[in-house]
Amino acid sequence: MTIAIVDYGAGNLTSVKKALDWLGQDSIVTADAGEVAQAEKVIVPGVGHFSATKALNHNGLKDAIQTAISREIPFFGICLGMQWMFASSTEAPGVAGLGVFPGECVHFPADVKSPHVGWNQLQFVGKSQLLHDLPSETFVYFTHSYRVPPVPETVATCEYGGVFSAVVERDHLFGVQFHPEKSGPIGVKLLQNFCELKC
Amino acid sequence: MLTKRIIACLDVDGGRVVKGVQFLNLRDAGDPAELAFAHSKAGADEIVLLDISATAEKRKTLLDTVRRTARELFIPFTVGGGVRTLDDASSVFDAGADKVSINSAALADPGVITCIAERFGSQAVIVAIDAKRNNGGAYEAFARGGRTPTGRDAVVWAREAESRGAGEILLTSMDRDGTGKGFDCELTSAISDAVRIPVIASGGAGSARHFVEVFQEGRADAALAASILHYGVTELAKLKQELSSAGIPVRWPC
Repeated sequence: MTIAIVDYGAGNLTSVKKALDWLGQDSIVTADAGEVAQAEKVIVPGVGHFSATKALNHNGLKDAIQTAISREIPFFGICLGMQWMFASSTEAPGVAGLGVFPGECVHFPADVKSPHVGWNQLQFVGKSQLLHDLPSETFVYFTHSYRVPPVPETVATCEYGGVFSAVVERDHLFGVQFHPEKSGPIGVKLLQNFCELKC
Repeated sequence: MLTKRIIACLDVDGGRVVKGVQFLNLRDAGDPAELAFAHSKAGADEIVLLDISATAEKRKTLLDTVRRTARELFIPFTVGGGVRTLDDASSVFDAGADKVSINSAALADPGVITCIAERFGSQAVIVAIDAKRNNGGAYEAFARGGRTPTGRDAVVWAREAESRGAGEILLTSMDRDGTGKGFDCELTSAISDAVRIPVIASGGAGSARHFVEVFQEGRADAALAASILHYGVTELAKLKQELSSAGIPVRWPC
């Protein structure tokens, strides 16, 4: 069972890989479209500017991800990776996201400090496989300047300059705005939940 | 609610944790990887490792120390001290750090902030400012571990760092560092009001009350704790409990 961690040059992939290693999960960090298309699970991590996701259009990675998703394997976007699962972001208006969730990422309002950095609480609002056995109002680590408003797929929200989507989930598609690999035992448990999902 | 962060700081020299009083009189306080893990378990919200090694020889052990420390650490991990270039930053990130803290190099060439931020994102770049009050009552930024005055106003420099792409400011009061007399709330609020990015206050923590003050009066987003933790002056868990009962939003229980 190999989990492909997609390397598209956006930020620090080692921390996600390290957490999976610690969990004893077999994973590879790869920029190879073939490996991504055939993986049993796919994670798109990433931090930084939405325009960085343009790199996913190169080397056939986006096609490979769509192929993987069409096989209904568990797919997981983390932070920028989650934002990319939506249609677009006002951070990079010309850049199309994957569009598996409806909606657009927008900047935090001007009355709060941005980026939103630190530990904030989740509010569970729907049934979730990813959040299985985790307590609502748990703390997780965020660092981001753009966010997605709540959508029908939102299963956990967070409050900072208004309520936004912290966890989205539909069938085998999962996204989190925070960094589970940096959220202590709770985050590690969430990653374990993803790893243990049945295909 | 977004919580105020308590960041455990490990000053490392040649692979060992040390803590000086006003940048001098170093004492050995343990193994960085062990201490980082212990602090994380006790409720630290982040770990900062500052390499204060003066010699190239001792610096060689830094990446190994970072790698060992990062291995079982699942909270944000910042490395600072001697990070001068994009290459330095890259190797520290490769070793497992999430953020770098830059100080003297940014003062010498502010372009390096932008350079690292464009490659790794602003969230990965902390600009550290060592500030000391001068005779006129203004705060001056110092370089090279507090040894070299720069003539630059700390507030002006913080604003520039933000505009160059810094994601956070790590603000150390040189007047208070290691004294245990409390944070410099005046300095902290001056910087916090001047920028829109988070400000981490450092220098002078001696009691839980000091943390309450720097969050309320200093309007800090986070505060650094070093010697206060290593020698059991205040257990981290106890500190967070006290902050929580004082009405400061903290990640507690974790």
